[in-house]
Amino acid sequence: MANIISDETIEYVSILAKLELSEQEKKQARKDMARMLDYIDKLNELDTTGVEPVSHVFSVNNVFREDVVTNSDDSQNMLKNAPAVKEQSYKVPKTVL
Amino acid sequence: MAKQYETVIGLEVHVELATKTKIFCGCSTAFGGAPNTHTCPVCTGMPGSLPVLNKQVVEYALAVGLAANCRINQYCKFDRKNYFYPDNPQNYQISQLYLPICHDGGIEIETAAGTKIIRIHEIHMEEDAGKLIHDEWEDCSLVDYNRSGVPLIEIVSEPDMRSADEVIAYLEKLRLIIQYLGASDCKLQEGSMRADVNLSVREVGTPEFGTRTEMKNLNSFKAIGRAIEAERERQIELLEAGKPVIQETRRWDDNKEYSYAMRSKEDAQDYRYFPDPDLVPVIISDEWIERIKAAQPELRTEKLKRYKEEFEIPDYDAGILTSSKKMADIFEAATEICKKPKKVSNWLMVETLRLLKESGQEPEDIAFSPENLAKLVELADSGVINSSVAKEVFVKIFSDDIDPEQYVEENGLKTVNDTGTLKKVIEEIVAANPQSVADYKGGKQKAIGFLVGQTMKAMKGKADPASVNALLREALDQ
Repeated sequence: MANIISDETIEYVSILAKLELSEQEKKQARKDMARMLDYIDKLNELDTTGVEPVSHVFSVNNVFREDVVTNSDDSQNMLKNAPAVKEQSYKVPKTVL
Repeated sequence: MAKQYETVIGLEVHVELATKTKIFCGCSTAFGGAPNTHTCPVCTGMPGSLPVLNKQVVEYALAVGLAANCRINQYCKFDRKNYFYPDNPQNYQISQLYLPICHDGGIEIETAAGTKIIRIHEIHMEEDAGKLIHDEWEDCSLVDYNRSGVPLIEIVSEPDMRSADEVIAYLEKLRLIIQYLGASDCKLQEGSMRADVNLSVREVGTPEFGTRTEMKNLNSFKAIGRAIEAERERQIELLEAGKPVIQETRRWDDNKEYSYAMRSKEDAQDYRYFPDPDLVPVIISDEWIERIKAAQPELRTEKLKRYKEEFEIPDYDAGILTSSKKMADIFEAATEICKKPKKVSNWLMVETLRLLKESGQEPEDIAFSPENLAKLVELADSGVINSSVAKEVFVKIFSDDIDPEQYVEENGLKTVNDTGTLKKVIEEIVAANPQSVADYKGGKQKAIGFLVGQTMKAMKGKADPASVNALLREALDQ
């Protein structure tokens, strides 16, 4: 394997992903990420000079909606997805920016 | 000699677009609904839901970009900006990083220092986040997703401003353009226009920029002015003390006139942008751009010129009327009905602005109809009511948009033109005030003012003061 993932990288990515990994999981994640990067390196071997970057695999564009209200109050159903409800709102641990 | 510092400012302005529905779903954007009543699986980030772009968002963004002299990316697309925060249920915000819809524009501003072009780096389309309320009694926060998915455009300027005056001139110009286009009402206090200020200082003559900070939570032009002054002072003090300015986001507290750091520098921002696979590219044809250009409404400069020519009103009036889209609209509609532009203009410039100021509102908050204003102009102009009654009636029009004809009728406010009635009242007043009558006859012209006042009072204000004056003199000079 050409790519080696450092402990710092695993630490950083787990912070970004809000994941707490055990030592065993970190070891596995290091291995998986290295394999992914190896795969990307393989793709990099292809000469793409003069090829436009593709951001979407289907040749579809300009899919629009008209500006018309189609949804009505469905808050009771929507709030069933909330971890907890208070005052018709999603109740979450206190967050202050 | 003390060092001279220069302030360098760039702005990120978020504007909520005036669409009826959200950017990617058919939920209403109406402000002030009960929590979570305008939500669906798309704007609450449910797995498997599919966002579909609101065409009107593209049209508004194009209109603003073209009016701000931008170039258009005719192939543009959406990207995901990843971060975790409960106001953002998808854990990413759909925005544009790589190919924003508009770029490289600029608008001209005027300040006491002269005219200047402020360049616009780019304008991109994105979705707003939900609203968090921090519970006072319990250690929790409550999230309302009604605002989640409301369409925004973010207008990013180049760091071309050097003072609070220039910043405010830029924001006012931008706001006026957007209001004229009907793309947003741009109310700072309600948050439909929000400005983040990026500011750094450097010694005059230094080619490099200093380290900048980003200031948030600025919800009035006054707050923006104060925050800029305070941040400039804070950074200069740091530099003078030989300390570095730290690149950070700060939150302005306008009551304390102080800002504090919102995020520590260890809290690395790494948004890992990537193209949103749920949304297909937007291709903007030349025809589409031409159509938006052709539909562009008359902007302020053209309106100013037309008002002076077509309505023959003074520059001063035209300047104030066109400083708000709402005022200009009411002016035109009311003038169309009553054909008395100067009279309409006076009601807007004097009484309307006074009442707005008293109630802490802006011209965009005007709630009365041009029809009722036009009716009032007619009533006052034809002498059906006198000017003080007209002012009284206008207060009711301003607050409740009442029909002045009906109101005057119901409250018996018509000016009494019946000379017989008036003469009788004058006789009584003359008889009851022998001292004033003697003063007048003795050469004190001022005494008549008191007698006019007494007569008007007896008539409950419903007489024409000029007729009262004439009849009084007639009676006294006999």
